[in-house]
Amino acid sequence: MANLTLVQAINLALTQEMQHDDRVVLLGEDISINGGVFRVTEGLHERFGSDRVIDTPLAESGIMGTSVGLAIAGMRPVPEIQFEGFLGPAYDQLVNHAGRMRVRTRSALTIPLTVRVPVGGGIHAPELHSDSPEAIYTHSKGIKVVMPSTPYDAKGLLISAIRDPDPVIFFEPKRVYRSFREEVPEEEYTIEIGQAKVVNEGSDITIVTWGAPVYQCLAAMDNLPEDVSVELIDLRTIYPMDIDTVIQSVQKTGRCVIVHEAPLTAGLGAEISSQIQESCFLYLEAPVQRVAGFDTIMPYYKLELSYLPEAPRIEKGIKECLAY
Amino acid sequence: MAKTAISSKRLSDQLPNQVLIDWLRSMQLIREFESRTMQAYQQAKIGGFCHVYTGQEACAVGTLACVNDDDPVVLAYRDHGHALARKMTPEACMAEMFGKTTGCAKGKGGSMHMFDRPHWLFGGHGIVGAQTPLGTGLAFAAKYEREVLGQGLDGSEAKKKVSLCYLGDGALNQGAFHEAQNLAGLFSLPVIYIVENNGYSMGTAIQRGTTMPDDLCLKAAGYGIDAIQIDGMDIRNLYDHFKPFADACRAEQKPGFVDLKTYRYQGHSLSDPQKYRTKDEVDQWKERDSIAALLHHLMTERACVSEEDWKNMTGDIRQQVREAVDLADKAPDPDVATELYSDVYANPQKGLSPSCDYNHGLKNPLL
Repeated sequence: MANLTLVQAINLALTQEMQHDDRVVLLGEDISINGGVFRVTEGLHERFGSDRVIDTPLAESGIMGTSVGLAIAGMRPVPEIQFEGFLGPAYDQLVNHAGRMRVRTRSALTIPLTVRVPVGGGIHAPELHSDSPEAIYTHSKGIKVVMPSTPYDAKGLLISAIRDPDPVIFFEPKRVYRSFREEVPEEEYTIEIGQAKVVNEGSDITIVTWGAPVYQCLAAMDNLPEDVSVELIDLRTIYPMDIDTVIQSVQKTGRCVIVHEAPLTAGLGAEISSQIQESCFLYLEAPVQRVAGFDTIMPYYKLELSYLPEAPRIEKGIKECLAY
Repeated sequence: MAKTAISSKRLSDQLPNQVLIDWLRSMQLIREFESRTMQAYQQAKIGGFCHVYTGQEACAVGTLACVNDDDPVVLAYRDHGHALARKMTPEACMAEMFGKTTGCAKGKGGSMHMFDRPHWLFGGHGIVGAQTPLGTGLAFAAKYEREVLGQGLDGSEAKKKVSLCYLGDGALNQGAFHEAQNLAGLFSLPVIYIVENNGYSMGTAIQRGTTMPDDLCLKAAGYGIDAIQIDGMDIRNLYDHFKPFADACRAEQKPGFVDLKTYRYQGHSLSDPQKYRTKDEVDQWKERDSIAALLHHLMTERACVSEEDWKNMTGDIRQQVREAVDLADKAPDPDVATELYSDVYANPQKGLSPSCDYNHGLKNPLL
């Protein structure tokens, strides 16, 4: 066991997967000699050499397309896209090739690809460096979407992603990268993709979230009256979504607040809310609430915390849902 | 590389002293501005990522000196120098980075998004290479105004324009740039792609990132675009070669490509550990510093600037930039109720926020 940050846990998972599987190669902008813009791949170049930890030109379409080519040839590429906003140039290769190759070839070709992408706001960066595009890729079928919020989950989920036979976008919340440490086992372990985690058991209200807002939800819960019992669910995997865990919880509590950084309209909160009303209609004591980013472009840092679903806004959402 | 033989009469030698003194002032303003930018970044007054222009000053000042004030300009994210060279006030530039309402984009864009429409500066863009098709489009519009509309879209007199589209050497490898060049070559559009070749795409040296790194002009040849390699550390040499090149692109309404050799003294961004280069390499380039070289020329060969003039100039500039920082510091933060939701669409939209009614934002200070 070691006390690791999210960055270190991901680095450890990459190291171990590269050690036992020669098919795993990393490629991305400045990931090799410089260790990546967030230093996630630090030390891997020294350990595995530049044939397996590859500095690429600044060319996201090329990085993603080359990774798809590597994958259909049987390799296990793990490209890094430096910021979620830089997925734009790679979108065509990711959505139109990686996501569709299996169905297009009736499983003759598969894409065991893990795309690592720092995601989300809270680090004072402007748009293109602070966005939350997980709904876009959830809507693009053939791709799995994962977003861990803890070092322990990050290691287990990344190992699962690399071993997964299908493409996985592995979103890493930047705000959590170095925000805290926790015990992470040295040995390899996996966490199944598609399983939510109940962070806190409760009986009065359910909160569903993922990524960095988990910590804003915990902060909001600290400010609630002591007799309010909150069940906090961290989805961990966004697609395929563990909706059963959500439904079981809402059938128990009758109330639900969904929290995400991405803009409200057509965000994942809408999908989750819809599934809840389909399965929990007669259990609901209040309309499902959403606390999300607003329908605007992610603002520069002076307004950043006014955009993000911070604890006071989540607390208000919880109280409104409880008071209904 | 295009260099002028010492014996030949240089084009820049025909310019009056004051023009070169203005170049010196402009370059020194950028350098002083960037040193205060670094300081403000370290004091956490600037958010996010910040890419300074120190070392490359001659590129922006020299190339912009060769075109007209109403020729369109578009570039990437290392954009403070071009904004200042295009006469954006230091206050508007600094306040933008501070996220203040008096910034050129109302403090909503930050360091990477310097826009100044009245000065024909079309930004400041954050995705590597993504600005290059915009340069093609700006040139298309200018050509359309003259050849189809017979006047400018704003009613102004139609004229032969040339658009300047700046990019770094890292952007050479983005797909968008190749599409942009092909279109410009195909339609014969008056856009000059100026590659500010500082040798590194973030932390990756050019020979590790692109083919034919010593002769980038070969790449432009693939699109039928005339190309020239110029030393961008010597502003007089830059003018000598870029001026006739830009004039030809304007006159013949055709695209161009410039491999402009330069160097950045600081890291890619201010959070760059710079493991990829040595201090010796940086020092070697600093010996060819563009400001020092121009100052030397003006003090000795032209003998039109004295030690005291230079002292006064640097003092004035220091004061000007200090005032810009003070003004940015004192300027108001954006108001959440108006600025978080404004400027997303032209017309008020319902429901942008569940907690606020729509309010129009402030007017952009530069528009």
